[in-house]
Amino acid sequence: MSPTITTSSEANGNVSAATARAAASAAASAEAAGPQSVTMAKALNTALADAMQADSSVLVFGEDVGMLGGVFRITDGLTATFGEQRCFDTPLAESGIVGMAVGMAINGMRPVIEMQFDAFAYPAFEQIVSHVAKMHNRTKGAVKLPMVIRIPYGGGIGGVEHHCDSSESYYAHTAGLKVYTPATVADGYRMLREAIDSDDPVVFMEPKKMYWTKDSVDLGELRRLHEEAASIEGTTTGLGSEGRAAVARPGTDATLIAYGPSVPTALAAAEAAALEGRSLEVIDVRTIVPFDDHTVCESVRKTGRAVVIAEAHGFASVSSEIVARVQERCFHYLAAPIRRVTGFDVPYPAPKLEKYYLPGVDRILDAVDDLQWEN
Amino acid sequence: MTISADHTAPDTASTTPADDALTEAVKKFGITVEDYMLPARHQIQMVDPDGRLIPDSEQGTQPGHEYPVPGNDELLAAYEQLVVGRRVNDQNSALVRQGRMAVYPSSHGQEACQVAAALCLSDADWMFPTYRDAVAVMTRGVDPVQVMTIFRGDWHGGYDPLKYKVGIQCTPLTTQLLHAVGVAHAAKLRGEDTVVMAMCGDGATSEGDFHEALNFAAVFHLPVIFFVQNNKYAISVPLAHQSVAPSLAHKAVGYGMAGERVDGNDVVALLAVLDRAVKLAREGSGPLLVEANTYRMQAHTNADDDTRYRENSEVAEWRAKDPVNRMRTYLTGRGLLDDDGEARIREQAEAVAAQLREGLGEDVPVDPQELFRHVFARQTPQLKEQSAMLADEIARDAAATQNSDAREAGK
Repeated sequence: MSPTITTSSEANGNVSAATARAAASAAASAEAAGPQSVTMAKALNTALADAMQADSSVLVFGEDVGMLGGVFRITDGLTATFGEQRCFDTPLAESGIVGMAVGMAINGMRPVIEMQFDAFAYPAFEQIVSHVAKMHNRTKGAVKLPMVIRIPYGGGIGGVEHHCDSSESYYAHTAGLKVYTPATVADGYRMLREAIDSDDPVVFMEPKKMYWTKDSVDLGELRRLHEEAASIEGTTTGLGSEGRAAVARPGTDATLIAYGPSVPTALAAAEAAALEGRSLEVIDVRTIVPFDDHTVCESVRKTGRAVVIAEAHGFASVSSEIVARVQERCFHYLAAPIRRVTGFDVPYPAPKLEKYYLPGVDRILDAVDDLQWEN
Repeated sequence: MTISADHTAPDTASTTPADDALTEAVKKFGITVEDYMLPARHQIQMVDPDGRLIPDSEQGTQPGHEYPVPGNDELLAAYEQLVVGRRVNDQNSALVRQGRMAVYPSSHGQEACQVAAALCLSDADWMFPTYRDAVAVMTRGVDPVQVMTIFRGDWHGGYDPLKYKVGIQCTPLTTQLLHAVGVAHAAKLRGEDTVVMAMCGDGATSEGDFHEALNFAAVFHLPVIFFVQNNKYAISVPLAHQSVAPSLAHKAVGYGMAGERVDGNDVVALLAVLDRAVKLAREGSGPLLVEANTYRMQAHTNADDDTRYRENSEVAEWRAKDPVNRMRTYLTGRGLLDDDGEARIREQAEAVAAQLREGLGEDVPVDPQELFRHVFARQTPQLKEQSAMLADEIARDAAATQNSDAREAGK
């Protein structure tokens, strides 16, 4: 693999990436055809490798992402494959990582940077809020920042303090950022590639407890589909996941609205409810910003009842935003007030206490029971 | 079992590009790495406050810190920009007093730094300025009215950074230094020889991003000039409350880069030092830090009252070191500037001032829909909705006004 770097980014007046992207499909690493058992970590890793292959302006950097391959191994093998110029370790400084990425994006690159853990991203908050989110607007679109800030987030792994925060609300609240969070292995691949192709900055929140979740996925087919969409100029993300929630499980009696790490919990709750004869629909939000009002409201209008589930503290959060939006749009269809099952408004607890903090199946079913059912 | 180091084994740790370049820089000047990185024992000054060229023997320079006097053309160009810059500063302050501009952080007294920071760069180089560096941005070639748009109040910026290779005039202190590092890094990866001028003030050196930017630039061995205008005050807080380092230029050595301090009101010395820094950086020396010793002659902005924190006598002391007068005396003394030349330059400065009065005097209509147009490259449905809501609100307002006007007319 040649370490040669050229600008092939479409943003900021540079030449089109389409040629590079088209050439990339040929270089897909040898892997078995058809669906295979794949972890979320592998899907994300493959998405990074494919994006770097497709476009030499895609760079990966952060803390321990080089030789080590990241503490979660999401960047495993990228330095070996693409060289130290394209996947490298930086000094230990998150503001520096984000700020340097801003400069690189200004100058024709597509940086994909890793914040090692949710709470380690806070030193970068000023760069994210004051520059990443505002550069496009203040320059009236002259300067685009096609960059992805990957953040492993959420709990459920028995992590120590500062390793389990759900920080998505800070970013979702900031005008000018897009916030993606995949909840399936296939979405891990699909959504990360779309985030990298996006000319807008994307905060890509990875549910860390799902890194080792396995699913039967055909990565080759996902790659082919992505590159097919990307080769149609201007439709790169237009046909993709952005602003499109998914019905993760269809149902008729009530809607569970969840994202990221709460989606599997919601699915488990729906499964348990089905045994009790209640049919719950589960919506996977996928992109918090932009939010898919249409899919969510369509489901709630159909079922007339809804519970929003999120690990983050409930107060002033993405979950409160979802309740507000649905209530504004679906009031006359609602049989009961929308309920929320979220983390308590306490600092994320120590490992032995996290099971009391995290939304679980029972707490979700209790909330569903409260939705003013007749008899 | 004993464990002993094998001192005869060759050093297997390969030298980094940084080591090589540093060695080369050291070879170039025949001094030790420490003497290369540490600033000269005195600030570099070439023309004294009375406009006299200081003889080499009295400049107090050391081996590796000698600087030749820049060429006549460069000196004249610098003087021209000094005069224009001073006129721009004073014109803008007047426009603020007249209520035609919201605010203007003036670089009055710092024009030598402003001019030199721009003139030392080539077209393909980049500059990352702060809110006080409007004169530097103009000297770089950006249209004066576009530069001042940020202070006019109709948008947060008025020029295209990519077109001029000038970052936005940054308000959050030192955050732009990291953008400078990123631009230099991207250029280096593509094999381009772009040099990046990263500007900040003395107060900003206390910020965390200052440290991170210098360290990143040094570790990645990037061609960035960190140019610190030490104007002695961060709004009201004097330098002594920011740092007790021997000088701000001394901070360089901690990052493994060379530092130099220079008389920031002596444009000759500034050009000499910055020209060499740019040349070294372009040739692969890695980053450098240059501290300019200057003074903010006016209050922080029109909203500030500097009599609360400094004595008039201190300001008067610095007035005697004025960069514009000093350069005029020097050039006139050398026969490079006569009355005609002076008149021509004054005329040019007046033309720019007139352009500012005209451009900032007119009330530019704002388009409320601009609020939504530029937030994202790809618009969101939510912003489309909000944009429609505002359009409807405005349309209903207009209709109501029209109706009431019609009623008035019908009376």
